[in-house]
Amino acid sequence: MKIAVCVKRVADMDVRFKISGDGTSLDEAGLKFDINDFDAWAVEAALQLKEKAGAGEVTVISLGADVVQETIRKGLSMGADKGVHLKADRVPFDGLVIAQALAAELKTGGYDLILFGKISPDSSNGVVGPMVAELLGLPCVTAISSLTIDGGRGTAKRELEGAQEMVEFPLPAVLTVDEGLNTARYPSLKGIMAAKKKPLEVKPAVLPTPQVTVRKLELPPDRKAGRIVGEGAAAVPELIRLLQTEAKVL
Amino acid sequence: MANVFAFVESRGGDLRKVGLEATTAARMLADASGGGEVHALVLGPPGIAGKAAQIGQHGADVVIVVEHPDLANYNPEVATAVAADRIKSGGYRAVVFSTSAQGRDIAPRVAARLGVSLVTDVLSFEVEGEAIVVTHPVNIGKVIATLAISGKPAVIAMRPNVISPAQNAKAGRVESIQPPMDPKSTRVVVKETKQGAGGKLDLAEAPVVIAGGRGLKAAENFNLVEDLAAAFGNAAVGATRAVTDDGWRPHSDQIGQTGRLVSPELYIAVGISGAVQHLAGMRTSRTIVAVNKDKDAPIFKVADYGIVGDVFEIIPALTEAVRQAKKHH
Repeated sequence: MKIAVCVKRVADMDVRFKISGDGTSLDEAGLKFDINDFDAWAVEAALQLKEKAGAGEVTVISLGADVVQETIRKGLSMGADKGVHLKADRVPFDGLVIAQALAAELKTGGYDLILFGKISPDSSNGVVGPMVAELLGLPCVTAISSLTIDGGRGTAKRELEGAQEMVEFPLPAVLTVDEGLNTARYPSLKGIMAAKKKPLEVKPAVLPTPQVTVRKLELPPDRKAGRIVGEGAAAVPELIRLLQTEAKVL
Repeated sequence: MANVFAFVESRGGDLRKVGLEATTAARMLADASGGGEVHALVLGPPGIAGKAAQIGQHGADVVIVVEHPDLANYNPEVATAVAADRIKSGGYRAVVFSTSAQGRDIAPRVAARLGVSLVTDVLSFEVEGEAIVVTHPVNIGKVIATLAISGKPAVIAMRPNVISPAQNAKAGRVESIQPPMDPKSTRVVVKETKQGAGGKLDLAEAPVVIAGGRGLKAAENFNLVEDLAAAFGNAAVGATRAVTDDGWRPHSDQIGQTGRLVSPELYIAVGISGAVQHLAGMRTSRTIVAVNKDKDAPIFKVADYGIVGDVFEIIPALTEAVRQAKKHH
């Protein structure tokens, strides 16, 4: 089984972000970066499928500046076999442009499965996986939380709002991974050493002209400081009064 | 004049509220671009045509109905083909989807087939000459991006609950069409849609959300949260990642960075400390109430109203008080 996993390098979200002087990008100074969680679960899914089949090859692909090679190495240290770096100055916001650049690379790869995380927390747009599927004319199932592959066909579960869908599809296919599918393994020391020697091919990314441009970035206004109504059950009547008369939600 | 297309989400033969929100958003866009028509598409099993009037009342001039016995479950390939064909031939200025599980599945496929881009989770929009300018949260809502979309059509997916579905007296013309392929013959087939145990109210759509965290100490203590939700009558129950990771609640109940985004009128956090990953999913709620034993818990920094103390004492008292308040309404 030949599997490609597309991964993105994203900033740790547990910080107060600063906007750059140009007003359209983030100040990256001091930010810590790692592989997107959803993408790590996609790598894990690929590794588990390969291990179960007893044979196969997992390729980790990322688009961006040279720093994304760290993210690719993370996938390799988890156990993926090789990496492809599609080199670009930066990752554009426009998901179609990213999908077109990835599809150009993926179309000749002969992959049985192409995996993505369902969304990345930075751009929070979640469109690249199904767009790649459409550009390549492949079947696609998004946001899967369980997966079985058997004899060239797959079964997956999708989480909906208050419901689940059981979905069947043929291979080759594009899947996007939701939380709950698995727990990503930590790279072992041996894996980290081995990753340094694994092949990582660098190619220029072909990025068409974007149709979405960032006009500005702003920090949302802070929520007005709230108040402690009181302590214990004795505070309940006052809370009810505030919900009725001030917040008007009861 | 510029027409706008809306995709109206349905499930099991019922319209979803986000579908009516998309219709109303399309109406607003059409009015803002010189008063064009809104054409709304709905797919579903026999009987879905009976919902067309409701879609018209929410702003559609034309309701395109695809009715088929094998469309009781969502079929991504049929829906993509119908929507893309219609949009290609219709010369629309803009296309509106919903940022729901189904909307996130179909909107990128349709946009890619049309060769245009897409912005999801749209908070607001305006027509600005040739561009449609939208706001969209990035970095888990800690930063708001203003984006200009130059694609023709501009494709957007609205965040649930930011548009109030508005009704007018019109019913809309109905146009029935056949699916372009047999829904049974598609490559991807949804075999079954299992309705969850959580009742009809979805987290993203409920006006009130009650969420529980580790402070509840055990899975069975979620009955306190369930009881409070029942007292409101219009509330859905959610949970933190810690709770869903421990298996106390299903993953689909998780509110936060990797889970569901909610922005209800009232959010009540029960025994939730307020980790960044959780706040990412609920900080846009209109009114936030927190009940926690630790007065220094970060949740109190975003809460409008807080009560410090034992959830096992406070929540039953709150449930009773809400019941009384509802009775006197």
